[in-house]
Amino acid sequence: MNNIFSIHTVRFFLLILAQVILFNHINFLGYVNPYLYILFIAFFPVKNNRIIIILLSFLLGLTIDLFSDTGGIHAAASVFIAYIRPVILKSSFGTIYEHQTIKFSSAEFGAKLTYFTLLTVLHHIILFSLEIFSISKIILILQKTLFSSIFTILLSITITIIFSRKTK
Amino acid sequence: MQQIINFIIRNKNFLLFLLLFGISILFTIQSHSYHKSKFINSANFLTGGIYNSVNNISEYFNLKSQNQLLVEENKRLRWLIRNSQITSDSTFIDSLSFSKSYRFYSANIIKNSYALTDNFLTINRGINDSIQQDFGVISSKGIVGIIDKTSANYATVLSILNTTSRISAQLKNTNHFGTLRWDGKSPEFSQLIDIAKIAPVKVGDTIVTSGRSSIFPKGVPVGTIESFQLDDAENYYKLNVKLFNDMTNLEHVYIIENIDAPEINKLINGINE
Repeated sequence: MNNIFSIHTVRFFLLILAQVILFNHINFLGYVNPYLYILFIAFFPVKNNRIIIILLSFLLGLTIDLFSDTGGIHAAASVFIAYIRPVILKSSFGTIYEHQTIKFSSAEFGAKLTYFTLLTVLHHIILFSLEIFSISKIILILQKTLFSSIFTILLSITITIIFSRKTK
Repeated sequence: MQQIINFIIRNKNFLLFLLLFGISILFTIQSHSYHKSKFINSANFLTGGIYNSVNNISEYFNLKSQNQLLVEENKRLRWLIRNSQITSDSTFIDSLSFSKSYRFYSANIIKNSYALTDNFLTINRGINDSIQQDFGVISSKGIVGIIDKTSANYATVLSILNTTSRISAQLKNTNHFGTLRWDGKSPEFSQLIDIAKIAPVKVGDTIVTSGRSSIFPKGVPVGTIESFQLDDAENYYKLNVKLFNDMTNLEHVYIIENIDAPEINKLINGINE
């Protein structure tokens, strides 16, 4: 229990620092940035209380907002995916999730990819709709969502592969 | 009463989600209106401190290009000194001071942002350096933005690359003026709207600040006209302005204080009442 707690605390702060110092300044092709901090929400233990993950996601998003002067857009998007996560888990991992025995490191690759994709696209759509905040620029919203999602998904899959060796 | 408590316990996840989502939306809406975002800004002790220590390292990486920019500015200023002494006797020796009523401070950008639709910069000067809201910020090449929030040692700058930013600008040759806005697309271009149709607009003309806003002095360079078109009502021009500043590569900036600004604002507010 203590071990899991410390792992997630360290991950929380590391992801925030990496996001605000490194990933917010990549600006690939002028505006494409990965938002890798959602890995924290994606890898949060399934068994834990839902209230904890919703509260922690809010804190996580708000801290990112604080650093990047964006009001509350990261907080809103993070809270949303934290709340909707059980539905996504059920649809991508199927019945294994029902028994609550799921382990991210042992899940098959296809299911993991679906899970990441759904989570990332939902997060990014809310993020960019709130950032641009205008229906008339829907093309720009979709364009930013598409490119940033591809970037985020690729990077998160890479990072999962790199860091999952240890747990085996 | 029992039922209400049961309802709250049963739906506690959903209610918590609604509450936090509502708070985030509130912050978002506040941040979209000028000067309203109260808590969520990067000019505080924690974020400013982290950005400052990171910038202490990262500023070495573009030392060369920044030196180049400063040398270019020095060259231009020297040229101005030489030429102004010959041609005119009423100019100022220091060409940075447009008149006696402006005061200049130097600052370093510790966080730059240009990929969002509402961009803010963070600088390492604050209230302790007598920086206040609504001071103008320029670089050696042109306009950068306006001071938004200040803390003891840091301040955030509302960049011209922000869809809520409105700056009064004009053609350099004539006095036709309009409003400089940003459409949120390219960090190289900004849009100047509401230029009267009668104005002689040509591609390549220079745009400068108009000095009507009591923030920037008249004549701070903004950019050149890249293209222009009439707006929907066909009464005003909408100009696409290529900025002199490379907003993606900023390090050293100057903050302008207009000493007469309180007096001017008091006068204008007095007229409006």
